[in-house]
Amino acid sequence: MNASDYWQITQAALATVTLSLASIGMGMPLGLAMALVSWGRVPLLTPLVRGYVSVIRSCPTVTLTLLVFFGSSQAGLNLDAMVAAIVALTLSTAAFNCEIWRSHLNEFPRDQYDAALAFGMRPAQRSLRIVLPQVVRHSIPALVSEMTLQIKATPAVAVIGIVEITRAALRVGSATYQPLPPFLYALALYSVVVFAFVQLQRMAERRIARSPA
Amino acid sequence: MTEGLLKIWSLRAEILNAFGSTILLTLIGGLCALAAGLLLALTAMSRRRAVQRAVTVYIDTMRCVPFLLFVYLLYFGLPTLGFRMSNWEAGALAILMYHSAYMAEVLRAAIRQLPRDILESATSFGYVGWPLARRIIIPPALLRSIPLVGNQFVQILKDTALLTVIAVTELTHALTGIQSTYFIPVAAYLTAVLLYWALCVTIELTASRLELLARKRRA
Repeated sequence: MNASDYWQITQAALATVTLSLASIGMGMPLGLAMALVSWGRVPLLTPLVRGYVSVIRSCPTVTLTLLVFFGSSQAGLNLDAMVAAIVALTLSTAAFNCEIWRSHLNEFPRDQYDAALAFGMRPAQRSLRIVLPQVVRHSIPALVSEMTLQIKATPAVAVIGIVEITRAALRVGSATYQPLPPFLYALALYSVVVFAFVQLQRMAERRIARSPA
Repeated sequence: MTEGLLKIWSLRAEILNAFGSTILLTLIGGLCALAAGLLLALTAMSRRRAVQRAVTVYIDTMRCVPFLLFVYLLYFGLPTLGFRMSNWEAGALAILMYHSAYMAEVLRAAIRQLPRDILESATSFGYVGWPLARRIIIPPALLRSIPLVGNQFVQILKDTALLTVIAVTELTHALTGIQSTYFIPVAAYLTAVLLYWALCVTIELTASRLELLARKRRA
C-alpha cells in the first residue's frame, strides 16, 4: 500500500463526513418537527409520525437506501446516487432523533409550562422561550451518540456505488491483494471522525454548563 | 406496483426462505453474542489490570468500527492470515464478535448498578469466583438489562442486512436478486421493510413480555 492509496482512502473520508453532516443537519430538525407533532398530539399527523418512527427504526439502512435509490428511479425521478444516499440517511436518522426529542419533551416539567401560561405567554412563545432551550440542552448527549451511530451507518450507502471510507478501503484492498492494511487504516480514520464528534459534544456541554440556566 | 406485488407473491417461497435465514442469523448470532458479552463483562471485573484493559480496548475498538468495515475485515482479512471461512461462517462470526462488545457494555453497566451490599453479603457468606457470578451477579444483571438487550437484538437484525455484501442469502440479498431480475424495486424493498418491521415488533414484544415476567419474579 503506497502513499496514493492512503490518500485515496483519506479523500473518501470527505464523503463520509459530508454524508454524516448533511443527514444529521437535516435529520435533526426534521426529527424535532415530528417530535413536536407527537408532543402536541396533532390529530391525524400524530399516528402518522408514530407509524413512520416505528417502521423506519426497524429498517436496515442498506434496505432503505436501496428502496430510495431504485424506488425513485422506478417512479421516474432520476436521483443522483449521492442525493438518494443523503435522503435515505436523513429519513433514518430523523426517526431516531424524533425519539430522543420526544422523550425529553415528555419529561419536561409541566409546572414550568403552566407558569408560562400564567404569565400570559402565547403557545409559540412558551415553546420557543421556555420549553425548547431546556429540551435542547438535555438532549445533546443522546443526540451526539446518535450522530456517532449515524457515522457508523454511512458505509451502508456504498451499495449504490458511493465511495466513502469503507468502499475506498475495499477498492485499495482488491487492487493490492492485501486487504488488511487498508481496512486497518479505515478503522483508524473512523476512530478519528467519531472522536472528533465526541469532542464536539464535550465542548457543547461545557458551553451549556457555563451559560446561565 | 400491483404487478410487482403479484410477482413477489409468486416468489414467496424464496423470500420466506431468506427471511428464515435472517431470523436464524439474528437469533443465533444474538444469543451467542449475549453469552460472549456476559463472559466479557465478567472478565472486565477481574482484579488484574492487564485483563481489564484488554477487555476495554476490545469493546472500545468495536464501538469505533462500522459493522460493514468489520465484516470486510473478517471476510477478506482473515484468509490472508490463514483462516478460511464460508460466507455464512464469516457473517455469523462478525455478528458474534461485533455485538458481543455491545452486549458486554450493556451488561457491564447493569453489573455496576447492582447494590453493593448484595455483593458484600454474598462474599461474607463465602461466595467467590464462578458460584458468585452464577448465583449472585448474573441473574439480577440479566433481568435488569432486558430492555437494552432487546434493543441490541434489533440492532443485530438490522446489521444482518449488511451481510448481503458478502453474499449471505438473507432477506435484503434475496430481494435485491429479485428486483434486479424483474425490476420491481418498490414492491421488493417494501416487502423487505415490512418483514423487518414485523420481526422488530416481535422482538420488542418479547422483550417487554420478559421484562414483565422479571418484574413479577422480583416482587
